[in-house]
Amino acid sequence: MQFAINISYIVAAILFVFGIKMLGSASTAVKGNRISSLGMLLAVVATLARSDLGYEWIAAGILSGAMIGYIAAKRVQMTGMPELVALFNGFGGLASMLVGWAEYEKARPDWEVYLALEENSAVPGSWFSALVIVLAILIGGITLTGSIVAYLKLSGKIGGTAIVFPGQKVMNLLVMACLLAVGVLFSMDAEGLNAPTLFLVVLALSLLVGILGVIPIGGGDMPVVIALLNSFSGLAAAAAGFVISNTVLVVAGCLVGASGLILTVIMCKAMNRTLGNVLFGGFGAASGAGGKEVEGEMKGINVEDAYYVLEAAQSVVFVPGYGMAVAQAQHAVKELAEILERNGAEVRHAVHPVAGRMPGHMNVLLAEADVPYEQLCEMDDVNAIMSTVDVAIVIGANDVVNPSAVDDESSPIYGMPIINVHQAKTVFALKRGQGAGFSGLVNTLFFLDNCRMIYGDAKATVSGLVSQFDD
Amino acid sequence: MELILLLFTFTLAAFLGFELVSKVPSQLHTPLMSGSNAISGITIVGALIAAGQVDGSLSKWLGFAALVLATINVVGGYMVTDRMLSMFKARKTD
Repeated sequence: MQFAINISYIVAAILFVFGIKMLGSASTAVKGNRISSLGMLLAVVATLARSDLGYEWIAAGILSGAMIGYIAAKRVQMTGMPELVALFNGFGGLASMLVGWAEYEKARPDWEVYLALEENSAVPGSWFSALVIVLAILIGGITLTGSIVAYLKLSGKIGGTAIVFPGQKVMNLLVMACLLAVGVLFSMDAEGLNAPTLFLVVLALSLLVGILGVIPIGGGDMPVVIALLNSFSGLAAAAAGFVISNTVLVVAGCLVGASGLILTVIMCKAMNRTLGNVLFGGFGAASGAGGKEVEGEMKGINVEDAYYVLEAAQSVVFVPGYGMAVAQAQHAVKELAEILERNGAEVRHAVHPVAGRMPGHMNVLLAEADVPYEQLCEMDDVNAIMSTVDVAIVIGANDVVNPSAVDDESSPIYGMPIINVHQAKTVFALKRGQGAGFSGLVNTLFFLDNCRMIYGDAKATVSGLVSQFDD
Repeated sequence: MELILLLFTFTLAAFLGFELVSKVPSQLHTPLMSGSNAISGITIVGALIAAGQVDGSLSKWLGFAALVLATINVVGGYMVTDRMLSMFKARKTD
C-alpha cells in the first residue's frame, strides 16, 4: 500500500509539472489548471489511503475548508482577486507552519521514540528535524504575516504608502539576525530543557519579520512582493515536506517556490530595480522629500471638449492602471475603443508590466471586457511609436506613466521603464481627484502642457465620452 | 539515504520550476500566480497526516487547523484560477 501511495505521489507530481507548463499558454491554460487540480486530488486520495488515519476530523476539516474556499472564490469580484490570492497564500503559509509545529509537538515528549519511528529512519538526528521544523515555521510564518499585510494594503484597509521610520533597516536586520540565531540554538539543543521556549521565540520572531518586511514596501512594488510571497508559500510547503519526509510536498513546494521566484525576478527587471532594492530600499520613503519641485498646474478638461479632440484623433492609446480596476471601467473602455476604431482611429492598449496590483492584472481585466488581443501592446512597442500618437488616455495609471522616472534622479522611481505618454500629442489623465495616488508620489505628467485632467470616476467619464460619440 | 534523495529531488525540482515558468507571457502572469498558489496547498497532504493522528494531542488540533486552511487554499485557489482563465477561453490563442 505504501508503494502504491508513493507511485501516486509521483503521478501527482507529473500532473503538477504538466499543469504549470500548460498554464504558460493561453490555449492550454484552462486544461493546465484542471490537470494540476487532478494532481492535487490524487495526492489527497493517496494520502487518505494510509492505514493510520482517523477520518472524522479529516472529513470535518476538508468539508469546512472546501466550503469556505468555494464561497470566497465564487463571490469575489475581479478587482478583489489580487487580495484574495494574497490571503490564500497566507493561509497556505500558515498551514505549512502548523504542520511543522504539529510535528514538533509529536517529537517533543520523547525524541528517542520519535527518531526511532520507521518513517524517520533516514533522519540523522534531532538537530536535523529541529532545523527543518525551524525552516517550516520561519518561512510559513513570514508568508503568513507578510501576506496578511499585503492583503490589508491591497484591500485598502491600511494605507498603500510605505511605512518607514528612522533606524528601520537596522531594526529589521537585528530581528532577522535574532531569528536565525535562536533557530540555530534551538536546533543544536532540540532535546534540551530550553527547546520549547526557543521554539516559541522562533515562531514569534517569524511572524514579526513578515510584518516588518512588508510594511516598508509601497505602491508599485506590491506586485513584486506578492510574487515573492507566492514563492515563499511554496518553499514553506517544501520545508514541511522535509519535516515529515514527504516527497510530493518537497517536489510540488519547490516547483511553486522556483516559479514564484522567477516571476519576482521578471518583475524586478521590468522595473529596472534589483530585488534587494525593492525589499530594502523603502520605496516611497522619500515621497514627501524626494522629487523635484513641480512647476505649473494641473489643467482640467470636461468631457465635451475631450470628445472633440478624440473625434479628430487618428491614433489613440489607452493606458490602464489600477484605477480602471477600481472603477470597473474596462467594459466602457472597450466600448469607447470600438467607437474610436469605427471613427477611423488606430486603437491600442498599452499594458505596463507592473500596472495594477498583481502581475498581469490589467490583462485579466481587458480579457474580461473582451478587448481584442491584437489591440494589446507591450511597453517597448508602444513607446517606439508614442510620438505619432494623437491622444494617450491614462485611466487610473500613475507611476507607470510618471516622467520623473526618466528625468528626475532624486525620484524614488528613477530608472524604472515607463510608458512615455508624455511624448504623445495630447494626454488625457482620468483620475478621481487631485490626490497623490496609491504610492504617494507626485506625477509630473499631470503638470505638463500637453496633459489634461478629466476628473471623476473613470467609468462615468468613459461612458460619458461614449455617449458624446453617440449623439 | 532517503534524505539525500529528498535533497536531490528538491534541487532538480527547482531547476524544473525555473524552466517551466521562464517563458510565460506577461498576460498570463496573474493566472499563473493564482494557479501556483493553489499548488502550494499541497501542504494539505501533511495536514491530513497530522489531523488524522488518532491521539487527542495538540498535534491533532494543529493538524486540523492546518487542514482547514490548506483546503481553503486548494479549493479557493483552483476555483479563482479557473474563473480568471475562463475569460481567456473565448479569445484567440497566441
